Amino acid sequence: MITRFFLTLMTVLFLAIPMSFAGDWSKIKIGTEGAYPPWNGTNAAGELEGAEIDLIADLCARMNAECEIVAQDWDGIIPALQNGKYDAIIAGMSITEERMKVINFSQGYANEPASFSVMKSSSLASLKASGKVNMDSLDGASTALIDALKSSLSGKVVGVQGSTTHENFVKQVLGDTVTMKSYDTQLNLELDLIAGRIDALLSDKGSMEEFMATDKGKDVVFIGPNLGGGPFGAGVGAGLRKADTDLLKMINKAIDEARADGTLAKHFTKWFGKDISM
Amino acid sequence: MNYELMIDTFPKLLEGSYITIQLVTISLFIGLFLAVGMALLRLSNNAFLNFFAKTYIFYFRGTPLLVQIFLIYYGIGQFEMVRESVFWVFFKEAYWCGILALTLNTCAYSSEIIRGGIQSVPLGQIESAKSTGMSRFLLYRRIILPIAFRQALPAYGNEMILMVKATSLVSTITIMDITGIARLVIAKTFSPVEIFIVAGLIYLTINFAVTRLVSFCEYKLTPHLRYNE
Amino acid sequence: MELELLALGDNGWGDEMLRATLVTLMVSLSAMGIGLFISIFGTISKLSKKIYVRILADTYTTVIRGIPELLVIYLLFFGGSNAVMSLAKLFGYYGYIELNAFVIGSFAVGAISGAYSTEVMRGAFLSIPLGQIEAAKSVGMNKFLIFTRILIPQVLRYALPGLGNVWQLTLKDTALIMVTGLVEIMRQAHVASGSTYSPFTFYVAAAFLYLILTTFSNRIFNRLESWGNRGVRRE
Repeated sequence: MITRFFLTLMTVLFLAIPMSFAGDWSKIKIGTEGAYPPWNGTNAAGELEGAEIDLIADLCARMNAECEIVAQDWDGIIPALQNGKYDAIIAGMSITEERMKVINFSQGYANEPASFSVMKSSSLASLKASGKVNMDSLDGASTALIDALKSSLSGKVVGVQGSTTHENFVKQVLGDTVTMKSYDTQLNLELDLIAGRIDALLSDKGSMEEFMATDKGKDVVFIGPNLGGGPFGAGVGAGLRKADTDLLKMINKAIDEARADGTLAKHFTKWFGKDISM
Repeated sequence: MNYELMIDTFPKLLEGSYITIQLVTISLFIGLFLAVGMALLRLSNNAFLNFFAKTYIFYFRGTPLLVQIFLIYYGIGQFEMVRESVFWVFFKEAYWCGILALTLNTCAYSSEIIRGGIQSVPLGQIESAKSTGMSRFLLYRRIILPIAFRQALPAYGNEMILMVKATSLVSTITIMDITGIARLVIAKTFSPVEIFIVAGLIYLTINFAVTRLVSFCEYKLTPHLRYNE
Repeated sequence: MELELLALGDNGWGDEMLRATLVTLMVSLSAMGIGLFISIFGTISKLSKKIYVRILADTYTTVIRGIPELLVIYLLFFGGSNAVMSLAKLFGYYGYIELNAFVIGSFAVGAISGAYSTEVMRGAFLSIPLGQIEAAKSVGMNKFLIFTRILIPQVLRYALPGLGNVWQLTLKDTALIMVTGLVEIMRQAHVASGSTYSPFTFYVAAAFLYLILTTFSNRIFNRLESWGNRGVRRE
């Protein structure tokens, strides 16, 4: 018993020794969620796969760096960055002012509008999917679309993934007119929509389209306008610590190069079926 | 250490404590009744009932509460059959799923505690009760259960504290208890340490109150151990 | 329940679940070890004559046993790296120290396990008959000798049932470190059930794996208890 505990103690101390510190960016750790296909998902072999996983490999090759991808739950993805668990976040994270207060963002590399989704059989499905709303510039038509959404959803239960821009939108714009439920992952959110525990969910269209293509998600439809801007942020970018300005420059340069020769668009088209790069 | 944030967050987290206290009281109350039954099953001579109780206790004490919660909420919700049945009214709500998971869990642990209490009742008392002609039911009601509860009180007090802490896990199925609200606030402010410290302090206070309550009950139930005051 | 999802190899999650079980076991062992290590200091402090040492140890056990494990793990996960880095700054080291998920998870569950182990060990120490200690003192043994020759050999025997409980607790608390990203049973089940939209299959598999771990642990602890109680006359 004593020997066992000393052995495990030694093992633990030994494992604690690989402490590296960032400085020269030849080895970069990238954090992602792994539960947000087709941006970043996990396949049956336990490997991460998705548009952003391919993008990470691409960008790292351009930066001449050896990259290690670390999976982290969405809830703690920014604090883990602050703590140094990884050096950058590439996980479908939207660039918002709130987040910019604590971390830096690279330039946006993709932009996908958000939309509400409901079951085909629900009464809400009568609100057909049409129109676009940019929350940064609300004109008469947009406000009418938002009001139509608000009145349809009034009194219903709306689900979102926690700590996301979608959660912010529902709280700010719909506020008390709906009951909001926050889920830990996009996938659990989708499960509860088909289970009927929520009447509607708000998320980006790309991940919902992936779900709608599966057997379980075939009865889900979009409703209302495509939403962007305002609380949704200005596109999806890589999150970095405030102090790592050199890494920021490197990533921005790599993204520029990827965009210029078309590989950026290629990665997204492969997984999303359409080019959502920006 | 952002003290302003901590002071601001305190009232918000306090709202969550209503749900936490509701969850604890309901699950402990129902769980206790079920636990007495389960303990009796476990002590019964009927092989079938005994086996059922043993398996139940084995399962609920051998798996983490988190697994049990997820199984009840996501696992059961996966089946069309359940969703179209009359039970769906119950399983649809995260609140009831949470209470179910907590109740089933505490029933398993509490039944072991009560069983320990029942088995520690001095044989002499049971014999004298039988010799005065008490029926089994009277024997349990008047002698065994009261003494068992008193013996089990310290261990049950522990269980109550464990339950208060266990409620924090139901925040994973969208229930807005203290931990649930804490996570929501952290998502906006990105300051996990400060907020979790405030949440921790609230839990400590609740647990402190529970400990005091249990001590008080122990005091009231053991006048025979107190000498002349 | 779709059993083919649990197949071993590349098309099924079976092998990932088994690998995760190994990780769970390793984390539990490390955490238990760390906890026992902490409990030695904790017990000595709690039984100490100096009041401030006792208060320190009491605060540790009360706080850790009084707040939910999930919060302890979150606090240590988010605050731990900060604390380690501040400590490193004292020594003039300004880089980022990242501790991998395994270490953080082990330390977090270890801290919780340590608080419970301390209470168990304290109870065990106190249940050694006072007469033995008096006899040892009368023969002229100093504190150290009493500790190593009388207390330690017997403490294990009294502590084993309690430590068995703490081990079960530690095993199940490892399910909570899924939030740190470490791929143990719970996280693997969570990821797999999300990707395949089949939560029932994977959570049942997870429950099954935990039951196997607890059953084996029970057997081992029962063996240990009989070994510890060898030669002891039944009173």
